[in-house]
Amino acid sequence: MGSDSGWKRVLRGVLLTIVALFFLFPIFWVFLMSFQTNETILRIPPSIVFEPTLQNYVALISGKLVSNAGVLEIAFMKNLGNSLILSVVSVALSLLLGVPAAYAFARFKFRLGEDIAFTLLSFRFAPPLLVLLPLALYFQSMGLIDTYFGLIWVYQLITLPLILWIVRGYFEDISEDIEYAYRVDGNSWLRTFLKISVPLARPGIAAAMLLAFIFAWNNFVFALILASADKQPVTVGALAFVTASGIQYGQIAASIVLSVTPTLLLALYAQRYLVEGLSLGAVKG
Amino acid sequence: MLAGSGWMEERSMAELVLDSVTKVYNPKSRHPVTAVDRVDMPIGDGEIIGLLGSSGCGKTSTLRMIAGFESVSSGEIRVGERVINNLPPARRNVAMAFEGYALYPPLRIRDNIGFALLRDRHPAAEVARKVDEVTGLLEIGDILDRYPPTISAGQQQRSSLARALIRDADAFLLDEPMSQLEPQLRAILRARIKDWLITRKMTTVFVTHDQTEAIALADRIAVMEGGILQQFATPNDLKERPANLFVASFIGEPPMNIYTASVYRDGDRLGLIAEDQAGNEAFRVALPGEDAAPAPHRQLRDGQRVHLGVRPHRVRLGEGGLLGRVTSHHWLGDQTHIGIELGNALLIAVAHGIFEARAGSDIAIALPATSLHIFDHDSERALFHGMEPAERAA
Repeated sequence: MGSDSGWKRVLRGVLLTIVALFFLFPIFWVFLMSFQTNETILRIPPSIVFEPTLQNYVALISGKLVSNAGVLEIAFMKNLGNSLILSVVSVALSLLLGVPAAYAFARFKFRLGEDIAFTLLSFRFAPPLLVLLPLALYFQSMGLIDTYFGLIWVYQLITLPLILWIVRGYFEDISEDIEYAYRVDGNSWLRTFLKISVPLARPGIAAAMLLAFIFAWNNFVFALILASADKQPVTVGALAFVTASGIQYGQIAASIVLSVTPTLLLALYAQRYLVEGLSLGAVKG
Repeated sequence: MLAGSGWMEERSMAELVLDSVTKVYNPKSRHPVTAVDRVDMPIGDGEIIGLLGSSGCGKTSTLRMIAGFESVSSGEIRVGERVINNLPPARRNVAMAFEGYALYPPLRIRDNIGFALLRDRHPAAEVARKVDEVTGLLEIGDILDRYPPTISAGQQQRSSLARALIRDADAFLLDEPMSQLEPQLRAILRARIKDWLITRKMTTVFVTHDQTEAIALADRIAVMEGGILQQFATPNDLKERPANLFVASFIGEPPMNIYTASVYRDGDRLGLIAEDQAGNEAFRVALPGEDAAPAPHRQLRDGQRVHLGVRPHRVRLGEGGLLGRVTSHHWLGDQTHIGIELGNALLIAVAHGIFEARAGSDIAIALPATSLHIFDHDSERALFHGMEPAERAA
């Protein structure tokens, strides 16, 4: 690439900018909206010149939504916290269970192994609504409804198969001989798993973790049915912005910005490992 | 049994014994695959063993069972008196060089090679000295600070070899240790590695499909085919006393000339009628008759079907009673390969030095009885090697 002539580089830059603008424009627009009042957002024609205001953020963080119909209590920060708890704990639990399971599926042949792996994958095929109703009834009788524990458990339906199947592929790509070499050098099986297999599969684990986190973060229906306002994540909590007196675009935009931030930070963080995985390369024998 | 190889004297420590070792893959399925079938291999302390065979013959499975990567379906592997087949690899005290190199990608070559020693808390200075020594031997001293993905396949392979050779283990297992090297380098390293192994009395088992490598490096060679150990003998014995037709045709370059033949008896005279592909008589060779002083072939019956083998190097050219026609002629720089038609059968002969023979010309050849290998037709086991019965064949 370095040997390209000047005009090719310029052309590539222009094209990339156009693509980036096209895809990032909605986010950029939402970002601008979050600093505007409902009036400036809705004026016609729209303009990017406006007087920025922080009132949307203030309203979200203080939990008091001021509209022309009066003051409305919203629990946005609570919802954001719930989202964080649910997603982080779900993904952590899935990693804890899924990474060793993925290794087992990748390395060992055992009875019904493929069937179990496929069954776990099939959780991703079924529409969530299919299982929600019976699940809600069971949870009701087990006392798990409206608890973090119950929600995190159900979130495993989303995160576990994803992590299991992505990480399994990465484990399969690692040369078994590297593990054997380490074991012949005098290390136990468990140590080999922790010191060789997991680090070598780290780009895969990072990718799976990122995807699982995004899916968990974006989940809507499970929490809508199985949780009350107290335990609801932002996806469900955002419904509160549709008020009797109208839709609060400014606050919606601000809440979007706030709720996208953790995912964005995580993506930026995990990206380093994804890139490292590409540059490490040549692990295969 | 093996005079001169010197391994019998060293009974002291790390004898490696494979006792009826068997490996069956998918034993409970409908199609179990027997990869290794009752292999017996007593390996002396400090002995260098080559496992030789074509792909899928079970040689790598055997090596991996010794290392502990494959379970042993039945039989026993012992080091000295210690049965090791149920121990995890870490506790077997073996070192291994992998065909796929299997270097640790995040470590520099230096750290890869010294890894096991550093792990066992050897002093850093000692490790550094040993790394320098072994990498000097393998000519990879200049890449010690590089990372595995950035060096060539040949360098990776030598690094993997160095990582094994540096260790102080009961057994050294090398899987195709030099397959990626250029021929010249391979020849040089072969000699150096052999030296290294002998001076340190390292019990070594290496896998190869290259018979030149096996013959050059090994004290004894185990020829495997179809999971069965065909013969376990010195390189010389494999050439002079192949246990069966497979070993005879597998070992040697160019391969042994082999013909289906039948025994004829005419009074006191005894001989073989060799056949061409179509089953017609191609040529006859005489064996010492009943009245000869050593008459080892006495028990051959008239009309008995056998296989007759002659090494190309043992064919005498320009003398004797068989008349053939030269069909091809290749000068290889140090020897001449000559294709000769005898009747309708093809015989390959090797002459040392330049041998003048035009294609199409007639040539007299002799097949001395001392150079004939006779194998049973059905079992394909060796019956006679030259003038000696092959009763001690494996």
